[in-house]
Amino acid sequence: MSSLAPSISACPACVAAPATEALAARRMEKASGLMLSLPTAHCAACISDVERALAAMPGVNSARVNLTLKRVSVSASPEITADALIARLKSIGYPAHELDPGLLSTTESDRRGRDLLMRLGVAGFAMMNIMLLSVAVWSGAEAATRDLFHWISAAIALPTLAFSGQPFFASAWASLRAGRLGMDVPISLALILASSISLYETFAHGDHAYFDAAVSLCFFLLAGRYLDYRSRAAARSAAEELAALEVPRATRLTAEGENVVPVAELAVDDIVRVKPGARMPVDGVVTDGSSEIDRSLLTGETLPLWAGPGSTVSAGEVNLTGPLTLRVTAAGRDTSLHRMADLVAVAESARTRYTSLADRMARSYSPAVHILALGSFAVWLYLTADLRLAVNIAAAVLIITCPCALALAVPAVVTSASGKLFRKGFLIKDGTALERLAEVDTVVFDKTGTLTMGAPAVTGLGGIAKGDLEIAAALAGASSHPLSRALAAALQADGIKAAALSDIRELPGYGVEGCLGGKTMRLGRAEWAGAAPVDSTATYLSKGGGDAIAFTFTDSHRPGAATAVAKLKAAGKRVILMSGDNEAPVAILARDLGIDDWRAAQRPEDKAAAIAALQADGHHVLMVGDGLNDTAALVCANVSISPASALDAARVASDIVLLGNDLGSLPEAIRLAEKARLRIKQNFALSLGYNVLAVPVALLGLATPLIAALAMSTSSITVSLNALRLK
Amino acid sequence: MEMLAILIPISLFLGGLGLVAFVWTLKHQQYDDPDGDANRILSDEWDDRPKP
Repeated sequence: MSSLAPSISACPACVAAPATEALAARRMEKASGLMLSLPTAHCAACISDVERALAAMPGVNSARVNLTLKRVSVSASPEITADALIARLKSIGYPAHELDPGLLSTTESDRRGRDLLMRLGVAGFAMMNIMLLSVAVWSGAEAATRDLFHWISAAIALPTLAFSGQPFFASAWASLRAGRLGMDVPISLALILASSISLYETFAHGDHAYFDAAVSLCFFLLAGRYLDYRSRAAARSAAEELAALEVPRATRLTAEGENVVPVAELAVDDIVRVKPGARMPVDGVVTDGSSEIDRSLLTGETLPLWAGPGSTVSAGEVNLTGPLTLRVTAAGRDTSLHRMADLVAVAESARTRYTSLADRMARSYSPAVHILALGSFAVWLYLTADLRLAVNIAAAVLIITCPCALALAVPAVVTSASGKLFRKGFLIKDGTALERLAEVDTVVFDKTGTLTMGAPAVTGLGGIAKGDLEIAAALAGASSHPLSRALAAALQADGIKAAALSDIRELPGYGVEGCLGGKTMRLGRAEWAGAAPVDSTATYLSKGGGDAIAFTFTDSHRPGAATAVAKLKAAGKRVILMSGDNEAPVAILARDLGIDDWRAAQRPEDKAAAIAALQADGHHVLMVGDGLNDTAALVCANVSISPASALDAARVASDIVLLGNDLGSLPEAIRLAEKARLRIKQNFALSLGYNVLAVPVALLGLATPLIAALAMSTSSITVSLNALRLK
Repeated sequence: MEMLAILIPISLFLGGLGLVAFVWTLKHQQYDDPDGDANRILSDEWDDRPKP
């Protein structure tokens, strides 16, 4: 806002005028707010680097990094585009993606989180005040003093429970109406029973009131609920964020000229221009231009295909070299991309739901608690015929067995583990994914885009004459085709100088040509350069006569791929490579990474079937893949991971998203998941252990509010501390 | 026991004060970016007053 900042002025009226202007301008900016995802930001230096770099750009008013969500929100004047910001961030070493702020409905989830936090805070402060009074009662306050303290406690506790207990009452009511006994039914029963008994005891000048127990129960349960909510909200906002990654815009050609429109507005028979490097927004037929297209995300093939007038293209393919003009044959929901994504959604709904440890626990725990409380009530009523005593004991049993530590046992561990994994670049989309990841014994990798970066690297330059390399350098330097760029970069790194060619021009879809000594030199497709094609990704150099020279390429490995495979094998996991690509490149990659078990030319259904066969043998399969051809396999596997660069459908289908580029921390993630599972089980054992100690005391009618408070607090705190031990 | 008449209102008042402070921090979005706030104190760039 430097240009519009209100200047220091002696006259208040002069200040007021620009201030209103600034206000109006700020309202405008809101509309042009940009949101970028910043997967690699992690420290104070990152925050100030990013904010300083963006704020220094002319037209940017302010930039604010949210490190928790790894996002930066920028308010800028309308002429600033996200691409400019992304380019600037890339130049200082921070990869960024544009997010569609329209899809990020953070306000709704924020509101719910804040609501829970408010209830938690109120319960916390009420608990502290009541505990102060209770300590006096425990240490021997009597008669009128004790009654007074009970009354004050009641005055604090009842409104607090009415406000803070609402989430439990609502969900207990919902589960009762559905005819189930959820965890929330004993909780609500304990809260209501404890407060009404205590109120009655207060009226009757009784010794024991459980207001402190009821409120602290509510507090600890809300703490568990809030942690659970936080990890879910993080996953949900991440899922929204990823859906927003593909900002759907297309360039439409009309009689008035070009205009950029959202993909949703495109209709059949519209004419669309797709620039080199862009992804096809729709299914269509090429009407003008020629280029090469990369179908690797859809099929796993690494060899680019030629496209010219009449060729059909599918949404999701990437245009490599020349601009293409398409006539839309299917848009939006009807594109082949979307139809495939819909198929995945169907498969998704058919996937058997994994029963988490907590669910299994709750299923047997709730009935046990109810039976125990009811039993103690009946027995004491039968033995003493004292209704008041029997209800008191039943309430004590309910309070002591209430799954306070159980409610914290899972969320505390999951929050701590997913936080650690997030810092390593893994985003857990699904709560039970962590437990499923811990069970994995077989890891299936896709090749293109997963173990490789989907970016070519030139091989075998050594056998080619220096003069030819110099010609290739000159031609490759003139093109922005991925193969040319990789070749030019490799030649430059070897210190090869470009030969002096004249009349260099690029023919989109074919290659680059130039003149040297009256001869036409060509670098490009095999048939155009007059060469016999070889069996891998290659570009060909013809020197206007004689044999053409082939430059072959392999896909560069994803960083950490080799380490990940080696560590997984060392940890005793079975590693399998399944690719839709041809045999030769798959075999080379498998050899380089040390994978013995590899399968090439796999169709999507082959992959899914292979995984189903492994599962039938009792294996727990982790699928790592990125393409549309992997989605069925991703859904089919016990747990799945896809890189952030993967296609929408693949990311939606997978449980965990890899945000960075590095695959090296995958074995570490599995190890952490195993640790987390162990901690969850320990937590269950701990909280049940406390119950085993305290329940007999309650059943015998010896429980006092002091014992209840001690059992509850110590078990909750031990469980939380145990979760924090996770390393 | 007369001091209870003073001490109890004081303890209730202090508790209420804490609750009000908590509600204030909640309303001012101080829990939106805990990681960022923890790191920002290490940054050399601070502003003396809120941004206009």
